[in-house]
Formats: sequence, structure tokens, C-alpha cells
Amino acid sequence: MNEMPAGSRRKFPIHIIVFLAPAVIIYTLFMIWPLLDSLRLSLYAPSPDGGVTFVGFQNYATLFNDPNYSERFWGALRNNVVFFIIHMAVQNPVGLLLASFLASRVTRFRTVFRTLIFTPTVLSVVLVGFIWRLILSPLWGISEGILAVIGIENQPWLGLPETALPTLSLVSVWQYVGIPMMLFLAALIAIPDEIIEAAQVDGATGWNVFWRIKLPLILPTVGIVGVLTFVGNFNAFDLIYTTQTALAGPNFATDLLATLFYRTFFGFQLQLGNPTMGATVAGVMFAIILAGVLVYLFGWQRRLLRNEVQL
Amino acid sequence: MNDFTVFSRRMQIVVMHLVLLAYTVFALFPVILVVINSMKARNAIFRTPYALPNPDNFDLVGYETVFERAGFPSYFLNSLIVTVGALALIFIAGTMAAYALSEYKFPGNTALGLYMALGIMVPIRLGTVSLLQLIVNLKLADTLTALILIYAASGLPLAVFVLSQFMRQIPRDLKDAARVDGASEYRIYALILPLIRPALGTVMVFNMIPIWNDLWFPLIVAPSEQNKTVTLGAQTFLGQFVNDWNAVLASLTLAALPVIILYIIFSRQLIRGLTAGAVK
Repeated sequence: MNEMPAGSRRKFPIHIIVFLAPAVIIYTLFMIWPLLDSLRLSLYAPSPDGGVTFVGFQNYATLFNDPNYSERFWGALRNNVVFFIIHMAVQNPVGLLLASFLASRVTRFRTVFRTLIFTPTVLSVVLVGFIWRLILSPLWGISEGILAVIGIENQPWLGLPETALPTLSLVSVWQYVGIPMMLFLAALIAIPDEIIEAAQVDGATGWNVFWRIKLPLILPTVGIVGVLTFVGNFNAFDLIYTTQTALAGPNFATDLLATLFYRTFFGFQLQLGNPTMGATVAGVMFAIILAGVLVYLFGWQRRLLRNEVQL
Repeated sequence: MNDFTVFSRRMQIVVMHLVLLAYTVFALFPVILVVINSMKARNAIFRTPYALPNPDNFDLVGYETVFERAGFPSYFLNSLIVTVGALALIFIAGTMAAYALSEYKFPGNTALGLYMALGIMVPIRLGTVSLLQLIVNLKLADTLTALILIYAASGLPLAVFVLSQFMRQIPRDLKDAARVDGASEYRIYALILPLIRPALGTVMVFNMIPIWNDLWFPLIVAPSEQNKTVTLGAQTFLGQFVNDWNAVLASLTLAALPVIILYIIFSRQLIRGLTAGAVK
């Protein structure tokens, strides 16, 4: 960083304020303040006079324990965990596999492949949700025909409580696999050729090179992909809303925290909207996402740094 | 190397290409199926879904329904206004703040940089309850301005972070030479903007797609017919016309087309942005 230009040392120079003001004001007013105020609101409840009264952590107790809320809340949380696990188990390994093929120097048309495979990622979730609803529709019979070839019996995938959530998780995986693929690709390309060549001279096979050399070297990216998946998944809304409406059917089988947040805030069917309980759901989501980010920053990254020092 | 290892190496290469090809087909097949069937007559959609449009089955009735029943031109215009507006704000406010943070040493510089970076990982969606209240209080409810401000606020943290990293690499001599010539600080800021073009392109493309595709804030902040963006417009139209297959396929194609065109134009910047951010 550089010294301030001479002559402007004594009082805070006006031009620095001019440069900073627009970004700081917009960001503080429309992002930081609403986030903090929403956390504050989660500690209040509507009072009979039309205002709000401070109730401490009672809303959170209601959300966790009151039968009117707790069943939906724990259900949404469990579904969200399943949604995340499916992404970690399918999206990220597939992304890594595709990236390792794309990083290989013997692969041809690498740019074409990676550009085409990334295409679904840029489409809006609304379109992706509807496209897959059509593909899976028994009326059209596309999935029926394709699954018959592999020997899987067709089912109303989005209509059954047992299959709806895994199916939608896989649709989301189909859309977003491009992101881990690109991040892993960048990390793999950055590995110096000499390291790989040295290992090959020593007789290491492709499989060994991958597990012993490449994977340890891309661990920082594994962490980034993990935390991005976590934040994205615990904030997901559009896909469920588009394919199953805010009711997250069948029978709330696809309810995620964000759809619960939407319903609690705005109300649905006979239940009235409740801003302070909505803020409470958002508060829980905030805590979960924050915990994920902190685990990444202090668990994963710091551990990697320590290992580097030991090496 | 003996014959066997040469053979197995070749097989490995062939298998890698086959996997990539198969995955590419898997990634594109649903989209292509929707696009080709959007131009076919209803019975052809069901009887020969894999056939390309040809004189026998060609029919644009779906598009006619879409143009009669939904205001897609207005949705496109709204999406364009929101996206361009938010990007312009991110560009102006983001480059100015990044310049100040990277160029001047002042008390609180590091703290301010950290404060701006807080928003990179926290989704703005979590503040919706208070944000909606604020928008109503500012008399911005159901306006495109509200969307522009919200997207600018959520895009700024990453923009400031990336741009200030990039600006730190600009040689000092250049700016000092301009100062010796009597250029004002504002003039110097304007002078270095062209130098950060690569990073700017990346930041803009990176913000563009999520803004264009967002459903949550248009649904909550600007849901009226005249303010609908393409994503929300398509969502409502698809919900109402769920049984009119021609109209559904046509509206899906219409809504996807601009993004795919933008992607074709900007894929290089987008991919560069995604990968440079990771390598750093």
C-alpha cells in the first residue's frame, strides 16, 4: 500500500470519502443493515397494539419446539441436509472427474467440451426446473423411453414423497456441475508439469498420480467448492418454488429452509404471513451458513496452512 | 514402452473422450429437446419428440400464444434495465471504492476492506424481511429501481474485492507521473480505468448472469405485471399455461435464448473469471 499524496496528510482527504461513499452507502443500506435488522426482528413478536414487542429468543424456541412450527422446521432442515449431501456426493465428484479429463493434455476439443458442459449453469433455475418437469412428465414419455433402455422402471419422480427430493437434488446437480468442474480444472491446470513427470519417471500410474499428488495439491479448491456448495444449498429456493410451488410438495417432501422462510414470511393458504417468525427462520439460516463459512475458514484453510509449514 | 502399455494408454484416451462426449450430450440434450419441439405441432411433439422441425411438423402456434398472452417484450426490457442498471452501479461504485482502498493509506483502510468483504459469503436473501420494509419505507416498492439497488448491494462486495486486488498491481510510476503533471486524484482514477479492463469484464459477466436469472427478489419486491423480469414472467406464464405444451416450450425457448446468446459471447470472460478467482 502506498502513502497518501503529500499535503493531504492532516485532515481526512475529501476525495477518499467521495471515492468510498457510493459503495459503502449502497452496501450498508441495502445489505448489511437489512441483515442486522432482520436478526434484531427475530427477537420480537407482533403485539396487540400493532407494533412489536421484545421477546428474546422465544421465537427460536417456538420454531424448534412448538408443534405448529417445529415439524415443518425440522423437516425442512433434514431435507436441506439431504439436498447438500447429494450435491457433495454426486455434483462435486462428477465435477472433479470431468475436470481431470479436461485437464489432460491428450484431450482434444477441451474448450468446446468445457464450454458446452457449462451451458446449463447459466440458465435460470426457473427454466431448468420446467425443462426437467417436461422431460420427467409421463405425458411426454421422454424419461420413460430413456430409462427403459437402462432397465429402470419409470415413476412419477416428482410426485412421490420418497423420490421427489432426490430427483430435484439431481436436477440441481445437473445444472450446477459446471462450477466445481471449472474450479477443479483451474486448480489442476496450475499444477506444474515437472511434478507429474517426476512421479511418472518414478513409475507412478495415472491412478496413483491422481490420489497421491494431484488431489493433495488441489485440497484448497476442494474446500472452496465445499463451502460454495454449502452456502448455495442452504439458500436454495428457485428450483423447489418452480417445480413444486412454495408448498414444496408432495406433502412437504421437498421443503427446504428457504421455501419455509418464504411461506412463514408471506403466509400460504390459511396461515397468515408472520414477518418476525420469517426473520427467525432467516436467523437460523444465517447461523447455519455462518457456521459453514467459519468451519471452512478456521477448520479447513488453517489446517492446510499448518500442513504446508510441516512440509 | 511395450505394445500393451501403448494399447492401454490409447484405450484410456478413447474412454476419456467418450465420457466427455456422453456428458456433453447429457448436459445439452434437455435444452435441445425443448428448443426443437417448440417449433413443432402439438401431435408431433408427442409422437416424434426427437425429430427436428421439418415442413411436415413445423408450427409456431406456441410462439403466437406467448406473444398474445404474455408481455415478453416488456419482460425483456425490464430484465435489461435491471441488469444494465445494477451493473452500471457496480461498475461506478465498485471501481471508485476499489481505487480508494488500493491507492490510499488511511486509518481504517484494512477494516473497511474486511467490512466490504463480509458480504461475499452471506446471501442478501437472508435480510429480506427488513429489506422489504426498507424498500416500502423508501417508496420504492414494486419498482425496478429497488431491484437495481438490491443487486448492486449484493454484487459490490466481490467486485470491490477483486478490483482492488487487481488495482494494486498497477505500477506506481504511472500514477506519480500523472500527479507530477498536476492531474487531480479523480483524473488519475479515470486514467487507470482502461488498465483494469480484463478484471472489469470478469466482474461484470460474473454479476450479470445471477442478476438476469434471479427469481426471489422480482417475486418479492417487484411482482406487478409491468415490472416483471423475464425470469418471473416466464415463471408466472409457465404456471398458468402448464397444459399448453406448445406455449410452454415456446416460452422456455424465448426465455433461455438471450442468456445462451450472452453466454456464447461472454463464455471466455466468464470461465476466465471463475478460474482466475480459484487459482489466485
